[in-house]
Amino acid sequence: MASAVFFLDLKGKPLLSRNYRGDVPMSAVDKFPILLLDAEEESSVVPPCFSHEGVNYLYIRHSNLYLLAITKRNSNAAEILLFLHKVVQVLTEYFKVLEEESIRDNFVVIYELLDELMDFGYPQTTETKILQEYITQESHKLEVQVRPPIAVTNAVSWRSEGIRYRKNEVFLDVIESVNLLVSSTGTVLRSEILGSVKLKCYLSGMPELRLGLNDRVMFENSGRSTRGKSIEMEDVKFHQCVRLSRFENDRTISFIPPDGEFELMSYRLNTQVKPLIWVECAVQMHAGSRVEYAIKARAQFKRRSTANNVEIIIPVPDDADTPKFRTTVGTVHYAPEKAAIIWKIKHFGGGKEFAMRAELGLPSVKESDPDRKKRPISVKFEIPYFTTSGIQVRYLKIIESKLQYPSLPWVRYITQSGDDYTVRLP
Amino acid sequence: MSDAKFFAKGKAAELRVELKSDKKDKNFARRKTTLKRIVANMTMNNNEMIQLFPDILECMNVDSLEIKKMCFLYLINYARVKPDLANKALSTLLSDINDRSPLIRALALRTMSCVPLGTYARAIVEPLQDLLRDSDPYVRKTAAFGVAKLWAADPNLVEKSGLIESVNQLLVDSNPTVVSAGLAALSDITDKSDGMKLAIGYQDASKLIKILPDCNEWSQTYILTALMSYTPQDTAEALLMAERLSPRLAHSNASVILGTIRVMIYLTNYISDDSAVDMLVRRFGPPLVTLLSKPYEIQYVALRNCFLILQQYPYILQNNIKVFFCKYNDPIYIKVSKLEIIFLLASEENMPEILRELREYASEIDVQFVRKAVRAIGKLAIKIKGSARACIDTLLDLVATRVSYIVQEATIVIKNIFRKYPNKYESIITVLCKNLDSLDEPEAKAAMIWIIGQYADRIENSDEILDDFLFTFKEETIEVQLALLTATVKLFVQRPAKGQELVLQVLKWATEETDNPDLRDRGYMYWRLLSSSSGNADLTRQIVMGEKPAVTVESDKLDDKTLEELTLNIGSLASIYMRPVNQIFKGTKAKQLEQSPALRRAFSDGPVMTQQMNVTSSAAEDGEDDFADTGYRGPDVFAARGDLLSEA
Repeated sequence: MASAVFFLDLKGKPLLSRNYRGDVPMSAVDKFPILLLDAEEESSVVPPCFSHEGVNYLYIRHSNLYLLAITKRNSNAAEILLFLHKVVQVLTEYFKVLEEESIRDNFVVIYELLDELMDFGYPQTTETKILQEYITQESHKLEVQVRPPIAVTNAVSWRSEGIRYRKNEVFLDVIESVNLLVSSTGTVLRSEILGSVKLKCYLSGMPELRLGLNDRVMFENSGRSTRGKSIEMEDVKFHQCVRLSRFENDRTISFIPPDGEFELMSYRLNTQVKPLIWVECAVQMHAGSRVEYAIKARAQFKRRSTANNVEIIIPVPDDADTPKFRTTVGTVHYAPEKAAIIWKIKHFGGGKEFAMRAELGLPSVKESDPDRKKRPISVKFEIPYFTTSGIQVRYLKIIESKLQYPSLPWVRYITQSGDDYTVRLP
Repeated sequence: MSDAKFFAKGKAAELRVELKSDKKDKNFARRKTTLKRIVANMTMNNNEMIQLFPDILECMNVDSLEIKKMCFLYLINYARVKPDLANKALSTLLSDINDRSPLIRALALRTMSCVPLGTYARAIVEPLQDLLRDSDPYVRKTAAFGVAKLWAADPNLVEKSGLIESVNQLLVDSNPTVVSAGLAALSDITDKSDGMKLAIGYQDASKLIKILPDCNEWSQTYILTALMSYTPQDTAEALLMAERLSPRLAHSNASVILGTIRVMIYLTNYISDDSAVDMLVRRFGPPLVTLLSKPYEIQYVALRNCFLILQQYPYILQNNIKVFFCKYNDPIYIKVSKLEIIFLLASEENMPEILRELREYASEIDVQFVRKAVRAIGKLAIKIKGSARACIDTLLDLVATRVSYIVQEATIVIKNIFRKYPNKYESIITVLCKNLDSLDEPEAKAAMIWIIGQYADRIENSDEILDDFLFTFKEETIEVQLALLTATVKLFVQRPAKGQELVLQVLKWATEETDNPDLRDRGYMYWRLLSSSSGNADLTRQIVMGEKPAVTVESDKLDDKTLEELTLNIGSLASIYMRPVNQIFKGTKAKQLEQSPALRRAFSDGPVMTQQMNVTSSAAEDGEDDFADTGYRGPDVFAARGDLLSEA
C-alpha cells in the first residue's frame, strides 16, 4: 500500500506524481535525492527501500527515471516494488518507450492511468490490454464508453470477449537462458537453466488452451512409461491465467490466454549443465611492459547445432594500450571504455574449437594497487532450435467450443546465455 | 502527437480567455487543449493556476469524459486551498455519482473521496450506501475503497453511518474482485482502528481460498493479507488450509508467492504435527530460489525474507547454498544480503565451498563488500569450531596479499578468534607481526595491540613492538590508547624485566598527561594494582590476565519473539528492516498469534492485547488534520548495510 507515487528525473526532481492517501506530506519527496546521495556517500550499499523520519521510500530505476513510492505504514514492500515495475511495463506498452521525455509527452494519459492502476494506494488493474480498452490516447474513442470492460472485475481479468481474428494462430517460443560460473581452475561452480515459455496468441473468442510438456512428474503420475526424454523442473511459475490447482492436481497446464504477447510460464532447473561454450584463458603478465592472452573457445554441443553471435568478453587492465590480435576466426576489438577485448564469432559450429591470441602494452609505471579488480570473462551466445534441458512441447490443444475454428500452433526453441555466464580469470 | 509542448509556463488570464472564448469549439477541442495546458502547469507547480478555479467549475459540466477527468484532477489538487470554490463542485459530482455510466459513477466517487474536505466527506456518506449495492461490480469495488478513504479522514463519521456493516456485506458478494476489495478496505481500517478487529471464521476463510483463483493477482494479495485474521481451531483445519493454499506458490507474481508463504508459515503455528509442518515449509525452497532471478528490488525483498525463514528452517535450502553465491554484476546490496544468508547456512559440510567463494569475494572491487567477506570468514571460524583451522588458513592467505584494508580487517577478526580459542592458533602471530605497517585504522591497531599484550610472553620481541606503537601514543585515538595501556601492563605482568620501563612511561602518560577520564581512571587503577600487590604477583596476574567471557556470533540472530513477529509480516517493510513493527511504525498493531486450542506455542508476555474499546484515537478525532505531520520521528533505517555482519 503506497501513499503516493512519483516519477522523478535522475536528479530527483519530480516530473509527475499522484497522491493516493494524503497521509504523508508530498514534500517528503524533496528529501529523496538528498537521502540517496548521503547514503551513496556513506556506503556503497544503498538498498531499494529505506526509512527517514517516519517516511518509507521505495524506488526503482528505469532508463533515466526513478519511480518512487512513499508510505508511513508497514506496507507490503514486495507488492509496492512489483507494482512500480508493473507501471513501467504498462507505460512501456502504451508508449513503446518509457523515459523522462515520455512522461511529459503523455502526461494526461499517465494521470488517467494512475487513477485506474491504483486506488487508495492499492494496486488494481495492471493488464495493459484491458486498460487500453477504456483508457486510450485517441480521445474521440473515449466519449461513448459507458462501462469499464467486464474483465476489470471478472474472473478472467486478462481477456475481453469478442476478440476476432481471420486467421487463428499461436506462436510459442521456448527460451532457455543458461547461467554458468566456471572457476579459474576450470570447474563448474554453479549452473542453472532459466526457461521461459512465451506465447503470441492471435485467437478468436474465449479459447481454452492446454499445453503438454515432457514433464517427468506428469509422466510418472499418469503411469506412462517414460518413453523418450522427460525433464524434471525444479520450480515452475505461471501467468495468472493458468489454473494452478489443476496443475497441482494432475500437472495439466490449462488456461484461457490473454490476447497478444505474454509469458505463459517460467521454469528453473538446477541440473549440472555441461558448458555449451567452454573458454580457457592463459594470461602472461609482463609487469611494466605488456600482457599476453591465449584464449581457447570450444563449442560443446552437437554438430548439427550452431551458436550465433558469440561474444567473448575478456577483461584487461584499465591502462592497457596498443592492442595486437591474432585469430583464425571472427573479429577482435579492444573496448577501452569497458577495459576489455571482445572476440566476436558470427557462427560457431558445434564441436568446433577456435583460438585467439592477444597482446597489449602496459605503461612502465605500475599501478599502485596491482590489478586487484578481478573481473571474470563473460560469454554471450544464442543457439536456435535447441534447448539445453531437453524440454519439448508435446502438444498445444486449442478449443473454442462456440466458434470451433481451425488453428495453428507454431513452436520455436532457442538457448541463450543468461545474464551471468562467466569464467573466472586465473 | 507529443503533449510536451503544453509544458510552457502559462498565464492564468490568458488561459481564462481561451476557456471562455465564444468561438466555435467543435468537439471541445479548444477547451481540451487549454485544460491540458492548465494541468501541465499544475504539474509544474505553477500556483497561478489556482485563480482559474471558477472557470474550471464551469467546464466541469461539459459533456466530455476527457474534460471531466482533467477538471476533477484540478479539483483534487486545489480543493484544500480554495474550500469555498471546491464546495461549489459538489452538486456536479453528486449528479455524476448517479450517472447511468458505471465508469462515471466510479470516477465521481473516487474523486469525491479524494477531496480532503469535511463537506465532501459528509456529502458522500449517503451515496456510498447506495454505491456499495450498485449493480456494477466495478462501482462496488470502488465504493469499498471509498469507505476506507472516508474512514481515514473521519473515523467517527463512518462508524456512526453503518458503512462498515455495508462493507461487511460485500464479503458475500458474488463477484470475487468485490469481495477482495471489501477485505482490503476492512484490513486497512482495522489495521489502524483501536476498537475494530478483523476476524475470519473457518467457513469464510475456506470460501476465500476457493475464490482466490478467480481474482486478479493484486486482489489475491489482499485476500492473502486478510487470511492472517483467521485463527484455526485445530491442526486438521490449519493443515487443510495450508494445503489448499500451496498451489499459489506457482504464481508468477512475487507478492502472491511471499503472501502465500506468509499465510502458510502463520498456519504452521497451529499445526501440531511436526512432520506435516516440515513437509509444508520444504515447499518454500524452490519458489524462494526462483525469486532470485526477478528484478533486483524483488530479489532484495526475497533475500531479506529468506534470511528470516531460513533462520527458523535452515534445512529448506541448506544443501542448496550455491544459489546464494553472488553474481559478478549483482548490486552491492544484493551481494551483502546474500553474504548474510551464506553465513547463516554455513556448516562444517559446506564450508570448503563457502570458503572458496568468500576468498573470491575478497578480491572484488568494492572495499566494503570485501571487508564484509573477510569479516564473515573470521566469524565463521568462531561459529563453526571444526572449520576454524580452514578459516584461519584462508585469512592468512588473504593477509599475504598485503592489501591494507584486507590485512586490517583480518587482524580484527583474528583477535576474536584468539579470544574464542585461547592458546590455540598462535603460530599465526608471526604472520601478523610481519604486516604491522599496514595497520592505520584504530580498530585494527587496537586488535593487534591486544594480541601482542595477550601473548607478550610468547612473542619474542613483544616489548620492541609495543615500544614502536607507543612512540605515537599521544596522537592515537582513545580506543588505541586504552589498548596500549592494557597491553603494556600485560607485558609487564608476564615479563617484568622487559616491561618495567615501558609500563612506568605509559602509566605516567595515562595518569598525568591526558584529558580523557576513561584513560586516566584505567591508568590509576593499574597503578594502584601494581603498587599495592607488589608482593603478590600471582594475584596481579590473575586480575590482569583474567579469563574473558567467550566470544560468540549468536548475537547476530534475531530473538525468537522478534523472529516470530517478523515471519508474520513476511514481505512487509518491517521484514526488510528486520525490526519489530512497533519500533518503526507508530501506532501500527503488531501482529500476534491469536489464542486457540491449536496454538503450539506462545511467548509468555501476558494475554494478547486487543482492547475492545469503542473510542477512536484523539489524533484522528478532528478528521482533516490527521493529514498533518504529527511530529513523530521514527528511527532512520537503511537495512542492507549488513548490520548482521558488522561488529557489535
